[in-house]
Amino acid sequence: MRLSGISLPRSGQGGPTGGRWLRLFHLDGYLLAAIGATSVFGLLVLYSASGGEVGFWLRQLARLGMGLAVLLVIAQVPARFLRMASPYVYAAGLLMLVAVEVIGDVSKGAQRWLDLGVVRFQPSELMKLALPMMCAFYLHNRPLPLSMKDAAVTTLIIVCPAVLIFLQPDLGTALLVAGAGFVVILLAGLPWKVIWGLAAGAVPIGYVAWQYLLHDYQRGRILTLLDPQRDPLGSGYHIIQSQIAIGSGGVFGKGWMNGSQAQLEFLPERTTDFIFAVIGEEFGLIGQAFLLGLYAMLIGRALFLASQCADTYGRLLAGSIAVTLFVYVFVNTGMVTGLLPVVGVPLPLISYGGTSMVTLMAGFGILLSMRFQRKLIRA
Amino acid sequence: MRRNQVKDLLREQQVFNFRAWLAAALMGAALLLVGSRLFWLQVVEYDEYLALSQGNRVKVDPLSPDRGLLLDREGRVLAENVPALQLTLTREQVTDLDETLAELARLGLLNRTRIDDARREIRTKRAFQAVGLGRLGEQEAAVFAVNRHRLPGVALATRPVRRYPYGSVAAHALGYVGAISEDDEARLEPERRYHPSLDQIGKAGLEKSYERVLHGIGGFRERLVNAEGRSVTGELADSGMRRELPVAGDDLVLSLDIELQRAAETAMTGRRGAVIAMDPWNGDVLVLASLPTYDPNLFSQGISTSDYSRLTQDPDQPLFNRALRGTYPPGSTIKPLMALVGLENGVVTPEDSRFCRGFFTLPNSSHRYRDWKREGHGTVDMREAVMTSCDVYFYSLASTLGIERIHDSMSRYGFGKPTGLDIDGESAGIMPSPAWKKGAFRSRENQVWFPGETVIVGIGQGYWTATPMQLAHATALLATRGKHFKPRLVRGQRDPASGRVSERAPVPLEPVRLQDEGSWQVIVDAMVAVTSGPRGTAARAASGAGYSIAGKTGTAQVFSIGQNERYDEQAIDERLRDHALFVAFAPAEDPKLVVSVLVENGGSGSAVAAPVARAVFDAYLKRTGP
Repeated sequence: MRLSGISLPRSGQGGPTGGRWLRLFHLDGYLLAAIGATSVFGLLVLYSASGGEVGFWLRQLARLGMGLAVLLVIAQVPARFLRMASPYVYAAGLLMLVAVEVIGDVSKGAQRWLDLGVVRFQPSELMKLALPMMCAFYLHNRPLPLSMKDAAVTTLIIVCPAVLIFLQPDLGTALLVAGAGFVVILLAGLPWKVIWGLAAGAVPIGYVAWQYLLHDYQRGRILTLLDPQRDPLGSGYHIIQSQIAIGSGGVFGKGWMNGSQAQLEFLPERTTDFIFAVIGEEFGLIGQAFLLGLYAMLIGRALFLASQCADTYGRLLAGSIAVTLFVYVFVNTGMVTGLLPVVGVPLPLISYGGTSMVTLMAGFGILLSMRFQRKLIRA
Repeated sequence: MRRNQVKDLLREQQVFNFRAWLAAALMGAALLLVGSRLFWLQVVEYDEYLALSQGNRVKVDPLSPDRGLLLDREGRVLAENVPALQLTLTREQVTDLDETLAELARLGLLNRTRIDDARREIRTKRAFQAVGLGRLGEQEAAVFAVNRHRLPGVALATRPVRRYPYGSVAAHALGYVGAISEDDEARLEPERRYHPSLDQIGKAGLEKSYERVLHGIGGFRERLVNAEGRSVTGELADSGMRRELPVAGDDLVLSLDIELQRAAETAMTGRRGAVIAMDPWNGDVLVLASLPTYDPNLFSQGISTSDYSRLTQDPDQPLFNRALRGTYPPGSTIKPLMALVGLENGVVTPEDSRFCRGFFTLPNSSHRYRDWKREGHGTVDMREAVMTSCDVYFYSLASTLGIERIHDSMSRYGFGKPTGLDIDGESAGIMPSPAWKKGAFRSRENQVWFPGETVIVGIGQGYWTATPMQLAHATALLATRGKHFKPRLVRGQRDPASGRVSERAPVPLEPVRLQDEGSWQVIVDAMVAVTSGPRGTAARAASGAGYSIAGKTGTAQVFSIGQNERYDEQAIDERLRDHALFVAFAPAEDPKLVVSVLVENGGSGSAVAAPVARAVFDAYLKRTGP
């Protein structure tokens, strides 16, 4: 990784050759290639997971198109503008979370949706980007090492939306949103002493959370992870069926459209949160390793682009977006393979669903916008 | 002050880059962790998960074979399969199992005593497999239909059930079927592929003894199901699903004549006992009746506890097969055979006569072995001895023969061992001998064979016991003048697919040969005289038959009478009265049928048992012609 943000007047090294047009539109060839390859693979899998339903498939294709459009548009937005907008976006997100708490739609027993008349909207999705933006905004012009006051303010910035989301209740998203903010502090240079201190404090906090804060179903999910056979037809069912799907796929898989677990509907949520198991069943270890490789490329490239950003705000925000992408991938694949509890996290770019796709693409857009901003500050 | 501190941009970039590298390393490690988890699932545990996914999607439907029919010798169906309604329960669809079972019991659809059995059965079943809870009659099915909305997971299924159109007639020969119990599991042949929850198995009689012929081979069908257990069709469904059709069991063509059987049972109405009718020329058993009888349909429909305890607690023991398992002192019915033993061993000729003065004594003993006729029969030869049933003649003959020779010959005639009839559970009876007595008694003084014990064997008393089946079988030897066949209930098997019947050849036994073949006729004549002579003991029962019957009555003591007491039929309890016996064949000159009759506590063989035999002969010979 090169420290180009400082030593070079022009940024954009490491892009594909002949990428003049790409650079003109603030695009990165490697990143787009990885996004494209993952999405195409995702569409292929989704067609099979939906049982060959074309309408389903077309809807996802449309969402992908919309997501790319969002990516293209946001990539053109000047980084400075995004930076200045950060507090307002964050405040709006916070207000909407409160609104959800008061007037939100109840879906599957949780209040997550806000009906804006035209679109049903999940404020927690917005927060996935608004929170790291706010954290980066707050920290970008603060000196290193972080003072205790700055750390405390940032923590407050993180905790407020996280608590509101947790109350919906949506533990998974609350953790992810908080994680995205926390990544910003970590990358900004949270002193190691504090990091180790937090790690040491996690045990008693975890105990308190387990005893008093978690809902029964959340506790159940974690217990199920520890022993999937505990309630095979209840919450353990997902994990058991998902592991059967993956395990029975073997090295080479049962072939596209041939996974019995998926095609015969033994696998629940097979087009959304558990689509990784469909890949395992139909494409085997090879297919899943291929996908994990694509993600590694995507995340690595995103992190690299983050390091190329001209200013601290951009670097922190882009880095947070890159790491958050990894968190989604890891939490989802860990859940589907039985390493982690069942948390409703979609597999980025693959799972069926519009909101997460748009959030993700917007994130990539922000990342590109940050990367290709004109250098304004002189060293 | 901090606010004014100059930002160290280089330092920030360095911190970021270092932490980004660290993050990249941690993320790489995490993805490797996921990868190794995948390796564990897909390579190490592959076989296990493959099996689980197979089990998930493939549902095996058991296919029961049609049980072979039982046909009598005229082709009449004695046991068939009819569809019946069965109550089934699928655990996964039941909300509250205890409540459901209790409710079924309340409605009278499930016997309260069966609840625990049902619960055990439900526990051992695979998921989504229906468990049979017993059969329902039409009225119960109606009760269920009214209440079914309150009983999710409970359903009615149609399953074939065994039906015996003649009801209780020949029940002991046919036997019955029932659900496969834990005890039955040991005799399930794996290659016949039983479906224990579905199939019925022979529990008694022919149904049990010919289980392997009747059952056929079970089949199965694999079916692709989705997560809801519904069948799936299409490309995925057709690949690799196995299917094996069941092979129906063979029908059995029996030697039984159900109408003759019915006639025999009718003649025995109100009595306890047994009737056997055999074709002496091939061993075919045309009648095998044990009275009282029971309705085998009760068992195949899942007998209720009250019905079952009524059968088992009935003092008349309707489930007990007296024809094959009841052992009785044969009494005078063996006198013609005893004469045959004498002839065969050359110790007597038909013309040899003895003087009967009403009792017999052994040399050097004052003990008197009394004749049934106090004043004695005077001088009797073999013919007269058989005809008048002279005890003294046979005391003397037995004494002359000695127990060893009697035992050897009578054993060859079929006493003291099962006759080899082709259904299980036949008693051997006892053909006593000194060797037998050594094995039968524990104390040394009881093991000694006394000469007096030989004497009473001469009139079929003492330790000697025989089944009605053995009596018919041995008597057949006289009807055929020495030819002997193993008795059988099954004449052949019919393949239900082709309809082809494979007959079974009669199984000949060692024949009995006499030095003077004419001697046979002496015995037969004597037996004819029993039923027709002026002094014949069964003359009344045989009068006006229109064919000649060769027979011999017998009376078996149930309890001993003191040396000088008299047997007074009226004075003793009905259950302590003598058993009445009668063996016969007809027509005497060209025997077609051998009959043995036993009436428990019937008193007199001539008055009670002989008319039953006459009814059987009439039913058979008047139909086929003598």
